[in-house]
Amino acid sequence: MKFITEFRDAALVKNYLDQLTEITTRPWTIMEICGGQTHSLVKNGILEMLPKKITMVHGPGCPVCVTPIGIIDEAVHLVKDENVILCSFGDMLRVPGSDKNLLEAKANGGDVRIVYSPLEAVSIAQKNPHRQVVFFAVGFETTAPANALSVVQADKLGLKNYSILASHVLVPPAMEAILADPETRIDAFLAAGHVCTIMGMEEYYPVAEKFHTPIVVTGFEPVDLLQGILMAVRQLESGIAKVENQYARVVLREGNVLAQQTIHEVFDVADRKWRGIGTIPMSGYEVKESYKDFNARRKFNLDFQATKENPECISGDIMKGLKKPIQCPMFGTKCKPEHPLGAPMVSSEGACAAYYQYAENKNLAEV
Amino acid sequence: MVMSEKENQKISVQLSCPMPKLDFDVITMGHGSGGLLTHRLLNSGVFSLLKNEHLDQQHDGASLNLTGRTAFTTDSYVIAPIFFPGGNIGELAINGSVNDLAMCGAIPKYLSLSFILEEGLRMEDFWEILVAIKAASDKAGVKIVTGDTKVVEKGKGDQIFINTSGIGEIHPKANIHFSNIKPGDKIIISGQMATHGIAILSQRNGLEFETTIQSDTAALNHAVKQILDAEGDAVHFLRDPTRGGVATVLNEIAEQTHLGVELQHQHFPVDEQVLGACEMLGLDPLYVANEGIFIAIVDAKKADSILSIIRRTEVGENAAIIGSIVADHPRQVISSSPAGGRRVVSYLVGEQLPRIC
Repeated sequence: MKFITEFRDAALVKNYLDQLTEITTRPWTIMEICGGQTHSLVKNGILEMLPKKITMVHGPGCPVCVTPIGIIDEAVHLVKDENVILCSFGDMLRVPGSDKNLLEAKANGGDVRIVYSPLEAVSIAQKNPHRQVVFFAVGFETTAPANALSVVQADKLGLKNYSILASHVLVPPAMEAILADPETRIDAFLAAGHVCTIMGMEEYYPVAEKFHTPIVVTGFEPVDLLQGILMAVRQLESGIAKVENQYARVVLREGNVLAQQTIHEVFDVADRKWRGIGTIPMSGYEVKESYKDFNARRKFNLDFQATKENPECISGDIMKGLKKPIQCPMFGTKCKPEHPLGAPMVSSEGACAAYYQYAENKNLAEV
Repeated sequence: MVMSEKENQKISVQLSCPMPKLDFDVITMGHGSGGLLTHRLLNSGVFSLLKNEHLDQQHDGASLNLTGRTAFTTDSYVIAPIFFPGGNIGELAINGSVNDLAMCGAIPKYLSLSFILEEGLRMEDFWEILVAIKAASDKAGVKIVTGDTKVVEKGKGDQIFINTSGIGEIHPKANIHFSNIKPGDKIIISGQMATHGIAILSQRNGLEFETTIQSDTAALNHAVKQILDAEGDAVHFLRDPTRGGVATVLNEIAEQTHLGVELQHQHFPVDEQVLGACEMLGLDPLYVANEGIFIAIVDAKKADSILSIIRRTEVGENAAIIGSIVADHPRQVISSSPAGGRRVVSYLVGEQLPRIC
């Protein structure tokens, strides 16, 4: 397939691997931010192919994984009301809440619908004027423009029955939080290509400078990832720490300005709780006061506090890059996709799910 | 306009089977009452179209003569939407049970056919489904010998549910069982994978996208008979990878046999458009449903000969050897990756759900 197969080419992959082996003189630890990148690394067997001196650790870039348990509970609570239609991306449905997940809420009679776009939820609201339609607006900067656009659109259409349950998080504050952690051992970052497609590269310059850490904006295919790793290692080996763009076929330095304007029309930057990690200052989006009628949390008076997480789940350490999924004693034994202890085991971008599904050398104690 | 063979066939059947004049435009509760309306619907609809010496008896069941070992199967069809590119629920219901019998190494002979109709189903749609059933059963060479029709209130069903059960005679050379699978055996797939699942997804509410992808629903019994006729002893196992896709079948094989499955991704037959849709939707073709392909585990020495037989059949032009059975990594399915690495292909947990970004 044009523009895909070229980036999965085994000969090119080998070429980059050879170059990496040649230039790497000491051990380096690199974190890929995005869960999509984690899955690509594991699914394509790249982790096994990398030189032994290069360690990849997996970042918090899985929107499903970092959505606070309290918000899942709010969504589950909402669909107990027969008048509510909750629209969500499919990924959110299996994530465990404190009591049940949305799939179970659906099985219990809740009207939960999988959509591929928030605009579909707006159209459901148009077709169901007597019911309240709530879109579960989860994600990083990548999904924020479309979610914001759905609010703008609903406002234009004069819809009184549409709102979003927003849980948006931002990458740069999370990178800073990870680097500021005294336990951190990350030498360089692969930034998430699609987040940068929207936001551009500007906000990464201060992070690279402050922590003297190379940041390479990277794509998702095997060739992208290896080129990104090579660029990061080249910087590390030369003692440089700057922001570079591997994903130049998609990412512009200034990002997508129109998308950014749409985000800022609807959202304010605010403090945000990350599941497994805790509160990070100014790390998320909150629906603006001027659009409060479209804020499900205000409309339905929701303020669920996070109930306690399963203490056996170490997802926080995994998402901060302190541990790997296979270092968790519950991995593959008590925690499996069919009965997860934490979100990273169920999300299609979760690191634990990636290891469980694709990795050959995982611990399969019970299997 | 160029029409596919399937479309041509459908039109010719429809022309020769004009919809009978019935009193109602839609199915009503009365059509399931067992009274006059039921009688009329069956006589002017089902019986007239599907007629054969067994069904013509209009008895509570059929008396049949079978020889040798017998295979018996049943399946229910609840697909939405009921009409999809390349077919409808009717031919799916026939092909599904025909294929289940074929996977047992049987020659499918007789089917039962039961409908659960939702009040309000358009008579025209019911007729179109019946016509498809007639065409599919003729093509597969099976007879519908008994059946049932029930009607449920509006909201208690989803237009139409169909159950078919089937009986077939086991091919004299067939010996299909997990225990016959040996290390070294080759894995043949009879056609392109993921086509049916993507054709259905392309029509699902809220997800309509324009493609020319058509469901691959087809009867596989003729192709299976040909390989059993020629190389029956070398065919160790057969399975059609419907729900859960190819990955699920291969995991079942690995689990049941305590052997490993080794796949070469570059041999996976997938249509370019289907692959594109899978990329876009975040789905892995290995897990997407199929309705017109089968997997054969065969003796390595006869693999090429069996492959060329399958390729000469109507359903098999894209057949390929995609891997082999190995003694290494027991109970695991492992595939090469396009990038030159390896990855585990595990069981699908729940449904494949579309991801966020």
